Amino acid sequence: MFPRPIQQSSTGTQWLYAIALPITLVLWLFPLLGVALTSLRPASDLAQGNYFGMPSGIAWENYAYIFTETPIGQYMINSLWVTIPTVIGAVGLSLMTGFALAVYGFRGNILIFFMFVAGNFVPFQILMVPVRDMTLQLGMYDTWYGLALFHIAFQTGFCTLFMRNFIKALPFELIEAARVEGVAEWRIFWFIVLPLMRPAIAALSVLVFTFIWNDFFWATVLTQGVDSQPITAGLSSLNGQWIAQWHLVSAGSILAALPPVAMFFLMQKHFIAGLTLGAVK
Amino acid sequence: MFTVYVLWPIIQSITLSFYDWNGLYDQDGRFTGTFVGMGNYAELMTDPAFETSLWNNLKWLVLYMLALPIGLFIAIFLNQTVRGIRLYKSLFFFPFVISQVVVGLIFAWFYAPNFGLFYLLTESITGKGTAILADPDLVTYGIIAAGLWPQIAYVMILYLTGLNNVAPDQIEAARLDGAKGWRMLWYVVLPQLRPATFIAVIVTVIGALRSFDLVSIMTNGGPFGSSRVLSYYMYEKALGEYGFRMGYGAAIAVVLFAIMMIFISGFIWKMWRDEAER
Repeated sequence: MFPRPIQQSSTGTQWLYAIALPITLVLWLFPLLGVALTSLRPASDLAQGNYFGMPSGIAWENYAYIFTETPIGQYMINSLWVTIPTVIGAVGLSLMTGFALAVYGFRGNILIFFMFVAGNFVPFQILMVPVRDMTLQLGMYDTWYGLALFHIAFQTGFCTLFMRNFIKALPFELIEAARVEGVAEWRIFWFIVLPLMRPAIAALSVLVFTFIWNDFFWATVLTQGVDSQPITAGLSSLNGQWIAQWHLVSAGSILAALPPVAMFFLMQKHFIAGLTLGAVK
Repeated sequence: MFTVYVLWPIIQSITLSFYDWNGLYDQDGRFTGTFVGMGNYAELMTDPAFETSLWNNLKWLVLYMLALPIGLFIAIFLNQTVRGIRLYKSLFFFPFVISQVVVGLIFAWFYAPNFGLFYLLTESITGKGTAILADPDLVTYGIIAAGLWPQIAYVMILYLTGLNNVAPDQIEAARLDGAKGWRMLWYVVLPQLRPATFIAVIVTVIGALRSFDLVSIMTNGGPFGSSRVLSYYMYEKALGEYGFRMGYGAAIAVVLFAIMMIFISGFIWKMWRDEAER
């Protein structure tokens, strides 16, 4: 193990480590903690210049305010409308493409696979004008499905890469054996491969959920009204309205950060497994 | 579907970059752009805003690489088995999970003039506060620092996983040979972390070149356009308040794409080789 386990060092060092750990953590998360505190600070504190001292009270009303006075609830719902179909669509499609690319050795297989991989790394900007134009032409500009459709298409690239590598790592003999038994291909997919894919599906769903929830660029390019803007874009436009009302800005930020954070904590193992795919050989 | 939304638009964008187009169609739905050949690119060469953006992108790329050593350092620091370490690891990973929009807002608050922590800090040290987001010379560094925060978290988690898989017998053997500290890290551990480093470099490069959210949230490219990066400048030209110059925007995007392509092809080349070895 590297570095040397702390248990093997002197008691002094162990104590030092035990103290240093929480301190670095607080420093690391300091900006976040500050914002969390500010979001609960009454507006009067900020007006009096009490930014970092003890708050004079806990102001849940900041949260109440942004829910009742701004469309933030609507933004959250819009986000869900975009995110959930995207997760289902991208994961579903990539299961099939991944299976096809991993199991069948047809001509052009590698080429198609690498197209998916390369597509992943393309800068969004080069897609922006044509995609926006196409969405407009199809009458899907400023709707949740216009945004979701694009996300599904783009995320399929990443998901296919992931699925394909995962299926490749499964024991191929399993599929061979089933073929010998005369099991139909779609049944192999459905009854043999799919159950084994559960961890991959879980990992991808969490990842895609977080990516899409946090997407800002496409949200600003493809939507503009309260009725369809997801939370990231909504927060940005609200930020323009609440000039320097930091207690509201921070309450909104915390709210927008909550779902992916919750997702991460619930599905931590899968999340990290997904992110670090390929980091070990 | 992937073709319709990703591959086809790339070709369209490249074509469009040779046109001057305002993004509209005439009444009959015909395309109204006019062909200008290399005109957009020629204009780019003399556009000072483009030059600023390009330089800023370069700063992003170089400084973003700091995420690698810092991430590695934190990963080594956290790679212990004490009580509650799992919770610590996940809390350290936090910044990556939250949206860049939120990160931008958090740092805008941190840097805010008069009461922001950073402002107060510089005030107490130098006697005069620095409003970093309003200073044309410093603003890009301020935004990069904000971007590094989640990026370091990502790199850290990659290295943590990598460290978990370092072969213990090799470490022990090296230890018996008297290797320790830096030499151990450099000659024994790092070579084994190669796959993790590779992925970390890739995601960091992509992150640096894609930096749009933070610039848009924190400064809108200002003050005086000094914090623009290519991705933001492109957006501003094509959809921003300065009008709809789709062709010009597309030309900027093509430049960005070309830069990215250098890295993409490197990545593909390596994957291809791995694939061929199997």
